[in-house]
Amino acid sequence: MNEHELVTRLRNGERRALARAISLVEQGGPVARALMAAVYPYGDAHRVGITGPPGAGKSTLVTALAQEWRKRGVPIGIVAVDPSSPFSGGAVLGDRIRMQALGGDPGVFIRSMASRGRMGGLARATADAVTLIAAAGFPVILIETVGAGQDEVDIAQTADTTIVVEVPGMGDDVQSIKAGMLEIADVFVVNKADRPGTDQTVRQLRTMLQLGAPSPDGWSPPVLTAIATTGEGCAQIVDAIEQHRQHLIAANIKTQRALTAAERELTAAVQELILERLRGERWNELVQQIATRQRDPYAAASELLPADLTIRSGLA
Amino acid sequence: MERKIRVLVAKPGLDGHDRGAKVIARALRDAGMEVIYTGLQQTPQMIVEAALQEDVDVIGLSILSGAHMTLLPKVMQLLREQGMTDVLVVAGGIISDEDAEILKREHGIAEVFGPGSSTQAIIDFIRSHVELTRG
Repeated sequence: MNEHELVTRLRNGERRALARAISLVEQGGPVARALMAAVYPYGDAHRVGITGPPGAGKSTLVTALAQEWRKRGVPIGIVAVDPSSPFSGGAVLGDRIRMQALGGDPGVFIRSMASRGRMGGLARATADAVTLIAAAGFPVILIETVGAGQDEVDIAQTADTTIVVEVPGMGDDVQSIKAGMLEIADVFVVNKADRPGTDQTVRQLRTMLQLGAPSPDGWSPPVLTAIATTGEGCAQIVDAIEQHRQHLIAANIKTQRALTAAERELTAAVQELILERLRGERWNELVQQIATRQRDPYAAASELLPADLTIRSGLA
Repeated sequence: MERKIRVLVAKPGLDGHDRGAKVIARALRDAGMEVIYTGLQQTPQMIVEAALQEDVDVIGLSILSGAHMTLLPKVMQLLREQGMTDVLVVAGGIISDEDAEILKREHGIAEVFGPGSSTQAIIDFIRSHVELTRG
């Protein structure tokens, strides 16, 4: 099956074509690039990121939110990322265990992804996989990150709306989200709200939000509670996500964020392409020489990158 | 980039014994494979739909309930209906030699690994067969 046939079938909503296309972009290389080029114009959707510490109930919340959207008649795509082993490169992807309630619904497409060595909470190909699912006709896509601590904030750049999930009883540990996580949340959800300490956690989050300067984009993140296992609170969360989506459009932030995202995607694509072209015999020789300190990496890079590279970019 | 072997490990039917499935999931992970573990009480429809969405190379079915002659042929039939005949299907659990023979000969299960099978044998089997189908 060539890329064009695959894209046609994917655009017709054929789930197997979509699944195969995601595998191809995970592998990367020229085929992946051709595929992405073909679907890119159709890849618009509302991307909702779900992040938070391990065991906070992200997968269960994703399932409950998807069920809420399905009640409203909206098809839902889900990408769930779990870590790869740094030693074997293998992975056990267990997010589907919590998502069994969504099985058998043709309006739901779930894909598990291993992070494959990438830090930051997402896999290299997560954004591309989301674009493919969008092109297959899913207007809302939920992206679940690996269990995240403080610094796994890549999701904020990939998602239009980022949900940070917290749980009560972590007490002063709310402090730990101060620097990274607190800043990226568009919506806070305190999950497992039937546990003691929920009110305190909500209060701490609200206090912390009030301590800071108001966000420059004019959105103040709501702090909501949920019991994901029963679906309680999910209607309010979906409403808040919808409000945030409207806000992004009304305040022209969507355009601004799209520019930032486009810049980042272009940078990544250029890096990938350059590296792919430069790797080879000479590359390997230089690696050897740098390892034995016969060469330094900067001089080696200058040798690999011809000076006329600047001419085509229009900088000369 | 080298393509990772993706394996769906699932427990069809109603028995709650998932230690074997977890041991296999862990062993395949340590062999560098990506294992999608779906948990207990999966219907054949859920298994095939998950395998389709995850674009797996291999399905590993662990079954200890005795219902393997009903559930495993059903999984194979649904796979054929979806045109997913290139997916390698292996089974494990309490399955008699006679039943294993029928599952392999008549239903297209590639191999049945009974109690006492070494995880290395399973890993080797998967590796060699996936390489074959990928060509």
